[in-house]
Amino acid sequence: MKFTLSWLKDHLETEATVAQVADAMTMAGLEVEHVSDPATKLAAFTVARIVEAVQHPNADRLRVCQVDTVDGRKEIVCGAPNARVGLTTIYAPIGAYVPGLGVTLVEKPVRGVVSNGMLCSASELEQADESDGIMELPDSLSVGTPAAEALGLEAVIDFEVTPNRPDWLGVAGIARDLAAAGLGTLKDQAVAPVPGTFANPIAIKVDGVACHAFSGRLIRGVKNGPSPAWLQGRLKAIGLRPINALVDVTNLISYDRARPLHVYDAKLLVGDVIEARLGHHSEHGDEQLIALDGKTYDLAPTMSVISDAAGERPIGLGGVMGGASTGCSDETVDVFVESAWFDPIVTAQTGRDTGINSDAQYRFARGVDPGFMVGGLELATKLILDLCGGEPSEVTVAGQVPAPPAAFDFDPAYVERLSGLAIPAEQTVDILKKLGFAVDGSKVTPPTWRRDVEGPADLVEEVARLVGYGALPSTPLPEVAKPPGGVLTTKQARARIARRALAAMGWRETVSWSFTKRSTAELFGGGGDDLVLANPIAADLDCMRPSALPNLIEAAGRNARRGFPDAALFEIGPVFLTDRPDGQRTVIAGVLAPHPARHPGGAEAEPVFALKADVLALLEEIGAPVASLQLTQTGLPSWWRPGRSASLGLGKNGLVTFGELHPRVLKALDVAGPVLGFELVLENVPEPKKKGLKTRPAFTGAALMPLSRDFAFVVDQAKPAGDLARAAAGADKTLIAEVRIFDVYQGPGVPDGQKSVALEVVIQPREATLTDAEIEALAAKVVAAVEKLGAKLRG
Amino acid sequence: MTDLTALEADLIGQIDAAADVAALEAIRVAALGKSGSISGLLKSLGGMSPDERREVGPKINGLRDAVAAAIAARKTTLEDAELDKKLAAEALDLSLPAVPRRKGSVHPTMQTMDEMVAIFADMGFAVAEGPDIEDDFHNFTALNFPEKHPAREMHDTFFFNRKEDGERMLLRTHTSPVQVRTMMSQQPPIRIIAPGRTYRCDSDATHTPMFHQVEGLVIDKAIHMGHLKWTLETFLARFFETDSVTTRFRPHHFPFTEPSAETDVQCDRSGGELKIGQGSDWLEILGCGMVHPNVLRACGIDPTVYQGFAFGMGVDRLAMLKYGMPDLRDMFAGDTRWLSHYGFSAFAAPSQAAGLS
Repeated sequence: MKFTLSWLKDHLETEATVAQVADAMTMAGLEVEHVSDPATKLAAFTVARIVEAVQHPNADRLRVCQVDTVDGRKEIVCGAPNARVGLTTIYAPIGAYVPGLGVTLVEKPVRGVVSNGMLCSASELEQADESDGIMELPDSLSVGTPAAEALGLEAVIDFEVTPNRPDWLGVAGIARDLAAAGLGTLKDQAVAPVPGTFANPIAIKVDGVACHAFSGRLIRGVKNGPSPAWLQGRLKAIGLRPINALVDVTNLISYDRARPLHVYDAKLLVGDVIEARLGHHSEHGDEQLIALDGKTYDLAPTMSVISDAAGERPIGLGGVMGGASTGCSDETVDVFVESAWFDPIVTAQTGRDTGINSDAQYRFARGVDPGFMVGGLELATKLILDLCGGEPSEVTVAGQVPAPPAAFDFDPAYVERLSGLAIPAEQTVDILKKLGFAVDGSKVTPPTWRRDVEGPADLVEEVARLVGYGALPSTPLPEVAKPPGGVLTTKQARARIARRALAAMGWRETVSWSFTKRSTAELFGGGGDDLVLANPIAADLDCMRPSALPNLIEAAGRNARRGFPDAALFEIGPVFLTDRPDGQRTVIAGVLAPHPARHPGGAEAEPVFALKADVLALLEEIGAPVASLQLTQTGLPSWWRPGRSASLGLGKNGLVTFGELHPRVLKALDVAGPVLGFELVLENVPEPKKKGLKTRPAFTGAALMPLSRDFAFVVDQAKPAGDLARAAAGADKTLIAEVRIFDVYQGPGVPDGQKSVALEVVIQPREATLTDAEIEALAAKVVAAVEKLGAKLRG
Repeated sequence: MTDLTALEADLIGQIDAAADVAALEAIRVAALGKSGSISGLLKSLGGMSPDERREVGPKINGLRDAVAAAIAARKTTLEDAELDKKLAAEALDLSLPAVPRRKGSVHPTMQTMDEMVAIFADMGFAVAEGPDIEDDFHNFTALNFPEKHPAREMHDTFFFNRKEDGERMLLRTHTSPVQVRTMMSQQPPIRIIAPGRTYRCDSDATHTPMFHQVEGLVIDKAIHMGHLKWTLETFLARFFETDSVTTRFRPHHFPFTEPSAETDVQCDRSGGELKIGQGSDWLEILGCGMVHPNVLRACGIDPTVYQGFAFGMGVDRLAMLKYGMPDLRDMFAGDTRWLSHYGFSAFAAPSQAAGLS
């Protein structure tokens, strides 16, 4: 919403400057977005007069002018055809920034003659799109007058109107708030009715749905044409294009009073009834309207349609845009003026469906004051009679505007209770009255233009914002007992630990979209209908992700394409199994594209084992029962590479899957392999056992030296070596402290299809040193336990 | 009687000339071994008279001690030389690179969220959560957005496809639905923050289709706007880690608060750099207000008994303001160079004791 200071002063008695108005607006909740002040922008430009103009010695089209300026007489070279003696125009000194050219003037010779400044055209001052000469101003202007003043330019304030305040879409409404904020005195805004001199020959019909109420009158014998300079200037200042006097009057009132109107050329109406109804739909489809913007719109049965010809011909989209067939032109002699009240929801929907965002649509969608329907018509009548002459009919009103807001109870003490502001009750009442509220004892009735006010809390806001939020006290929150164990849930605490643990292990945290491409989601077991967005921001972000891996893999791919192939990225975030609240999981996912710098020390082992180390360390850090987890390499989801991936879990509850990603998936994502990854579902990690005390069990360091014995077993190649280690460890849970696999061998000496697995068994004597016989017995138990799995001790 | 002096000179000469530990050992055996020359002399003492023994004994013993000491000294010298030689042979060129180790980091948005949690936890706020996929009730209706009101349009909501039963799920446009879920599941007093992902169908340098918010909610019997102001002033000063954050509360409109405000902080934008806590410009930081009675009612809380405030702020945006990232989209691009530049050390966990960053 834009307006000028002089327009505001039509409604507000004030000495305030533009800056003061803008500040007061901001602090009253009218968020100023931009103040465009030509006086500042054109500060360097002033009125000047040419006293001599002679032909340039070296250029046919240039003239050397002697110019009286604010800086004294100056010699200026000018190429404009109208640079002549006696012309009053605009002068820019050296050093001025010329907005229309985007240059700062420097002193330099033009074909050998130094120009000490510049004479400006309208386009150079951004006052016209193009011009064919320097400005020609009235001779009455004295030399040195600021350009903005000479051109009648004014500061324009542009601010954001919040959807609760449609009354701010009119300058009069802004003035009312500023008066209540103490910036000045509101002028009388009452509109005197203009009596009609004959019966309105045009009947009006409304159905109460498409249009609640419709007032109108005929004004005959008008003389339409361009509107006067003051009206054109006012519209142009806020970026509106003057059309003709009748239309300009409706635009003026739309911005002055937030009251949209429409004018019809009555001679072009068919029949003598105007009817507001819903759109007609037949077997031929929706009826259509060619609107004033020249475009053709389908009129759906949800839209408000203005029609004539006994309801047969659409002549407008009610509250949105008029039709081309009955628009007013310079030839218009009889004008029918409409001031109606259209439903906000219907109008908003019509705006969305048609894509029309007109000033009228914007206002009706937000709610136009139902108390000023006929008032708007009377104001329009007065202006039309003033500008175009003519003779008005009586006013016809059809339908009912919505009932005015009801009174409710309000206790002024509630202001302090809710806002903390200690305001005397009289001041509260005074502010409310200035805003148009009726206050009667404990009852407050909102004005018809404040349909956003429903109860006492709204009134507290009115009082608080006009007193100023700067007066709010700063009151410490009451102390509350904090939970001794911190405020985070187990899941939150685990995510927090995991983040820092992974970062410490060399992983870089990233945050990627919660969405992905549906076909990608399908590759990762997702892509269900309930997780596909109806209005995605981009076609490749149309589905909620079933896994954080694809986005991380693609991020690794982007890094590689930029020349940085080595990446260890992780993310802690949501994945979606269904669209229900319980269908969301928090995962910790990582993707590793191992391309470490080559090193004279040689290549590292298979990177999957480094990954496994990180995964196990992560599980340990977040308090997962690592020792109880079972590893399986079978039955994994299809995006993992078979044989090089595994999942760790408790029974059927998988906590984490890790390993290499399937080459087929990488190909589909256009990312070069190998790429490894892991994904841990935080919800699947069991809650730690609750312990009342923080104390740990007493430390029992064994007094005796541990000893170790090595074994080698030959076993079927497919048998996981980890099974052998697990069996060995189970042979004597008291004495065997640890079993380490230190070698796996296939080749000469080991039968085809088999492998040799070397185990180091660490024995921790507990009570006394073990005798040779005891050690032999233990070794036999280890061999027996492992051989149960089909392995043979290697001879 | 052998000339002890000559023997000593001979042996010392041999010892000094010994080229390695093995040669030295041969000399030791020849002199001090079972049948060595000095051992032989010591043995001869047994056949001497007491007077002779008294005279010769100390000399022989002295010879033995001198030779043994010379051997030990020479041995040390030889061993040192051998060690030096071995060490010289095993020298490494330490200008060679270290074993490559990846450096990790924490994402600045998550670091910022941790900072916020640390500050609010200290003020007694618990951390609440809710789902990203919401329904119309929790995201709009319970928060006092009228049906088809323009305020809904302004939210650029991502919708899922409408189902046969007419239900249409959406991606939460703010973290405020967590307010609703909290109030519906818990009686006042309530003091929570709710950090999380939020979504709007919008994309440019300052808007991304996904971003992070932290919501705050305090409900009790006598909480008023002055408490809100103190809470946010305290938070902002601690967050920006400066003594002097000047804040400004401006009236605004949100359907779910009444009165509503936006909070600005004073800043200096001169020189193309943003400095919080000085200057004369204002920067909008967050939206807040007193929870609308209709919202309390929708959540089953009696607005004539309880009242309180709520606020919501953009985590990514505050991270950008504090740490100087120019473009919001980079936050979600996963560029390892950017992550390395703007990321935080694993060990920079924010705490009230150590400072936030």
